[in-house]
Amino acid sequence: MRRGGVSWGRLPGVEQRLLPVTSRHQPLPDQPSMLPWGNGRSYGDSCRNDGGVLLGTRTLDRYIAFDPATGVIDLEAGVLLGELIDLTLPNGWFPAVTPGTRWVTVGGAIANDVHGKNHHRAGSFGNHVLDLELLRSDGAVLHCSPTAHADRFAATIGGLGLTGLIRRARLQLKRVAGPWLRGDSQRFGSLGEFFAIAAESERDWEYTVAWLDCSATGGQLGRGIFIRGNHAPAQVAAAAQAPGSGRLRLPFTPPVSAVNSLSLRAFNTLYFHRPSAVARDALWHYRPFFYPLDAIVDWNRMYGPRGFYQYQCVLPQAGAVEVLTDMLRRIGASGLGSFLVVLKTFGEQPSRGLLSFPRPGVTLALDFPNRGERTLALLEALDALTLAAGGAVYPAKDARMSAAAFQQYFPGWQAFAGHVDPKFTSSFWRRVTGSARR
Amino acid sequence: MRRILIMGATSAIAEATAREFAALGAALFLVGRDADRLAAIADDLRLRGAAQVEIRVLDARELAAYPQLVDTATARLGGLDTALLAHGTLTDQAAAQASIELLADEFRINALSHMALCTELGNRFESQGHGCIAVISSVAGDRGRQSNYVYGAAKAAVTAFTSGLRQRLHPKGVTVLTIKPGFVDTPMTAAFRKGPLWATPAQVGKAIARAVQRGTPVLYTPWFWWPIMQIIRNIPEAIFRKLRL
Repeated sequence: MRRGGVSWGRLPGVEQRLLPVTSRHQPLPDQPSMLPWGNGRSYGDSCRNDGGVLLGTRTLDRYIAFDPATGVIDLEAGVLLGELIDLTLPNGWFPAVTPGTRWVTVGGAIANDVHGKNHHRAGSFGNHVLDLELLRSDGAVLHCSPTAHADRFAATIGGLGLTGLIRRARLQLKRVAGPWLRGDSQRFGSLGEFFAIAAESERDWEYTVAWLDCSATGGQLGRGIFIRGNHAPAQVAAAAQAPGSGRLRLPFTPPVSAVNSLSLRAFNTLYFHRPSAVARDALWHYRPFFYPLDAIVDWNRMYGPRGFYQYQCVLPQAGAVEVLTDMLRRIGASGLGSFLVVLKTFGEQPSRGLLSFPRPGVTLALDFPNRGERTLALLEALDALTLAAGGAVYPAKDARMSAAAFQQYFPGWQAFAGHVDPKFTSSFWRRVTGSARR
Repeated sequence: MRRILIMGATSAIAEATAREFAALGAALFLVGRDADRLAAIADDLRLRGAAQVEIRVLDARELAAYPQLVDTATARLGGLDTALLAHGTLTDQAAAQASIELLADEFRINALSHMALCTELGNRFESQGHGCIAVISSVAGDRGRQSNYVYGAAKAAVTAFTSGLRQRLHPKGVTVLTIKPGFVDTPMTAAFRKGPLWATPAQVGKAIARAVQRGTPVLYTPWFWWPIMQIIRNIPEAIFRKLRL
């Protein structure tokens, strides 16, 4: 049994029954409605199965084989990326793609085909999966790869856990010299400037990302900070001091959201103007570089008991400045905004999944405290802009997009539906396909 | 390097503890009933740093097999200095109230087997003059309660037995650790509703590994079970018999 915090956005929902999967040698339980559940870092309802069962995969966390010569790791799907890094980094291997938190399971990273700051170079997580093992509710075990059961493989990458239980996977890791990254950060004054810096940076910088000040208006609209980095060679790192592993914890949920228009404007202005926003030659440990929010355990509680919505869309490059400007104006006018606005260009490398979110263009991510109808109306307005621009919204972050919007964002959804296990479903899937509860 | 025998090695607490020792480079001999699961755990522990991992399939109720089991473990690991007894079942109280046969079987798996293996290991460690025997008992053994007194009584036997063994072996340089976990979120307790008192196997595994290294005699884990159990043990019987615990 598990209450509340089933998904990262902490939106109110019904209690879920969690059945842990403790061995990769055991069959699935005999249940009519199941959904794999890793570490609960999806924001909305793609990791919820109201009225059904969640198959807990954190107990599937064994390593099977690791070759320090080739960087190929074979492991159970419930291992967290952070745990994987602890094992392989001392041997000079790092995940080829990592999202903004290391507290996701490998299975979850595959099922959401997550992306990171190096999308323009490396594509998304699924591009580095060599093969995976899928357990279906009829007992069949499928070994899927780009060459074996290729269609089922394509459905499972980014398949939101609906094609069966991913029990194990083999990943190709990336060679690195050590835990350090070297790079710089700079302020930009407009979206046009952002795109110019991004274009100029993509050739020489493996990781690029920008933070955007969403409370800026008028001539300051679109300002932010651009950060870029590369894995540092070993000799650079020798002198550096690793950060402590201490973490802060948000120990309670404030009675109302601590995020409001006043705190937002103050934070964003300070963040933009702080002296350290500009760094010429910075050396970062990989943890603060990739996972700044992991330093605050349960940061999602900051939005209070009603939780929050995350909105992440991708827009085609052509016309993106106009659409983003329109979005930022609407968000500014609504007074509902977020600290954590992230802007990042996606590269051309095609995603492998039928339902993969990443596609060429630019992605914008923001979060909004749940203020009920007002918030939903704003998100609907943003969706209209995304739809008109030919973009898409990220299912892993979503709790509210309409079925019509989903079906336009993901034209492969009907082909995908044929791969869904008859006993697997999620609250998200029922919502966006308009299907009755199973 | 520690050379460790683990009974019930596929249990969540045993696996979590084994990971702690693997990270320290220990050699491990894992005993359990399920060959596939033992093999999967062995591969994992090797990658986590264990110097050596051996597996053996055995039902803990086969008490007669214990001397040979300890022989094999000692031979394979090139010696033996630590044992963790983590096997057992969570007794179905209602069923055990209704069946003497089940009652006897539960005592065999949750008490007699521990005492038998402790005897075998205790004698060997005594003659070699060092070693640590860590045995998982339970807070349930501190006082019988109507909801699980068959399980609790078996664990009480383990607690009393290891207490006596500890006294006997202390002067011989052998430590005996009685481990009393509270509520742990494992497959054994999957059916229970979890609250703030519940611990993870990883937390309990860390505490056990630390206690083994320090030579702690009795470990309540998490620690707050010690004051809780002091209170429960000291409730007068006149009141206790009316409680619905």
